[in-house]
Amino acid sequence: MRNATAGTRIPLALLLPALVGFAFLVLPMVGLVIRAPWSDLLQRLAEPQVGQALRLSMITATIATAVSMVLGVPIAWVLARSNIRGRSILRALVTVPLVLPPVVGGVALFMVLGRRGIIGSWLYETFGFSLPFTTTAVVIAETFVAMPFLIISVEGALRAADARFEDAAATLGAGGWSTFHRVTLPLVAPGIAAGAVLCWARALGEFGATITFAGNFPGTTQTMPLAVYLALQSDPEAAIVLSLVLLAVSLATLALLRERWLTRR
Amino acid sequence: MSLAADIAVQRGSLHLEVAFAVEPGQVLVLLGPNGAGKSSVLRVLAGLLPPDAGLLVLNDAVLDDPSAERHVPPHERPIGMVFQDYLLFPHLSTVDNVAFGLRSKGVPKAQARTAALGWLHRVGLVDYAKAKPGDLSGGQAQRVALARALIGSPELLLLDEPLAALDARTKLEVRADLRRHLSEYQGATVMVSHDPIDAMALADEVAVIEQGRVVQSGPPAELARRPRTDYVARLIGLTLLAGNAEGMQVRLDSGASVAIADPAFGSVYVAIRPETVAIYPAQPHGSPRNVWPARVASATPHGSAVRCDLSGPVPLTADLTATAFAELGLGPGSEVWATVKAHEVEVYAR
Repeated sequence: MRNATAGTRIPLALLLPALVGFAFLVLPMVGLVIRAPWSDLLQRLAEPQVGQALRLSMITATIATAVSMVLGVPIAWVLARSNIRGRSILRALVTVPLVLPPVVGGVALFMVLGRRGIIGSWLYETFGFSLPFTTTAVVIAETFVAMPFLIISVEGALRAADARFEDAAATLGAGGWSTFHRVTLPLVAPGIAAGAVLCWARALGEFGATITFAGNFPGTTQTMPLAVYLALQSDPEAAIVLSLVLLAVSLATLALLRERWLTRR
Repeated sequence: MSLAADIAVQRGSLHLEVAFAVEPGQVLVLLGPNGAGKSSVLRVLAGLLPPDAGLLVLNDAVLDDPSAERHVPPHERPIGMVFQDYLLFPHLSTVDNVAFGLRSKGVPKAQARTAALGWLHRVGLVDYAKAKPGDLSGGQAQRVALARALIGSPELLLLDEPLAALDARTKLEVRADLRRHLSEYQGATVMVSHDPIDAMALADEVAVIEQGRVVQSGPPAELARRPRTDYVARLIGLTLLAGNAEGMQVRLDSGASVAIADPAFGSVYVAIRPETVAIYPAQPHGSPRNVWPARVASATPHGSAVRCDLSGPVPLTADLTATAFAELGLGPGSEVWATVKAHEVEVYAR
């Protein structure tokens, strides 16, 4: 790509809104850092409910990512490699959670998996257990919202990968599954890793679907974002501390992704 | 025990319809311009592209028979394939690439690795066992790809332009290696190439494919002598002679010798293009060059030229303009002198 000639001035009509937009994006984060109670930060971080929420968030986001990989990579493969009919419709359906307001996702999950839900009522009658308001529900809500990120990322990686390597594997006697895990998977591993990081970050920040479907119980369903929201009502400084933690995790994720993208070639 | 193919495939606007047979130990080269459908034929043989019609039989096993809805998938065919750009798995070491086929058959890892090391030794790359494909040169990658294809003792070996990705110098060396491995290989080989020298040097049989059809097939020397189309004539006119290079000359197996421009030693091929052969009614004198007595065995017109098949101490194929042919009053049986300049003789290792 060639840059504009060195002397080109940025037109004022572009420069001004760009500066305002930049400030708009960056200032809130700066504000968060400025207002942080740095003096008793460590002490506040050590408070049990902070650790509890952080641990719960990490665990549920990680499980949600794992579930997304187990279910999402095969979906991505079907979308990228198979020629089944209605593939474009399938792709559209899979990406709906990407644009759906998470609260709506939560309500939808409730309709299916709630105690009176289509599958939930059967679960309750047969096994006597109900999913909503449990840690499992948190994982389900996060998976629902975050898995499309992984699918899109892995499908892109599969499309970019040279499918002729799979032909080569076939001529060497490798069947479909063998080719997939011995050739395809290693080839798209960077794409899967990038997708998993995106997916994990999305799951970590999940709020709407979680609070709708899993509620807000400290220790079982109160993840970091929920804790932040709750703390803001009663103890703003605690909210800032929790937010700082999430900000740090987000920046670390971004750094990880950049590393990935910068070192890919 | 052989390959018999009679297949038809529609690929976009190209209708491909070819038939050929290859005996075990024989090499068939499918020669033709880009887009003629050669690679599609290879993909059909490999099972990567199901044919629309026809029959494909390898050693009494039916691999494709669309009329009976029979199609053996690629991974169940006893084949080995070398792809044009080799397609070595970039995430696996050289030895694991070679061992891949055996691992697919369920051979234990250690055993497969030992066999793969043996093959790497055979192709002279045992020192590169732990290298990744990205660290290999083109010629090395080609040899690894060949070892990977041959390790499973396939009944059919498929080579898709195995030399096309190499630079000229490497090509000579790798072609000589390939020739050696092919002569040791017991199964049938089908190779796709657009380079007539590959065909002349490696093929037992050549099938020239143009626009999805075999326009002529036969042993390479036969095709060179009696080209049936202009395309074939242009493509494979060269005379290929085996001999032993002794510096500035090559002693042919027939006893005659050929002067060459650059010193060479050892077992070589001498290639002479028909347009470089000049014909004189009497023995010419002058600048140092190859001069041999010859007799016109046959003459075939193609385009504005006449291709003459010359017998004598050095059998040659010569292209003359129709005018020159008429002026010299040539015909079968005519005694002439043939000359070739030393620097127009191509030499490469056998």
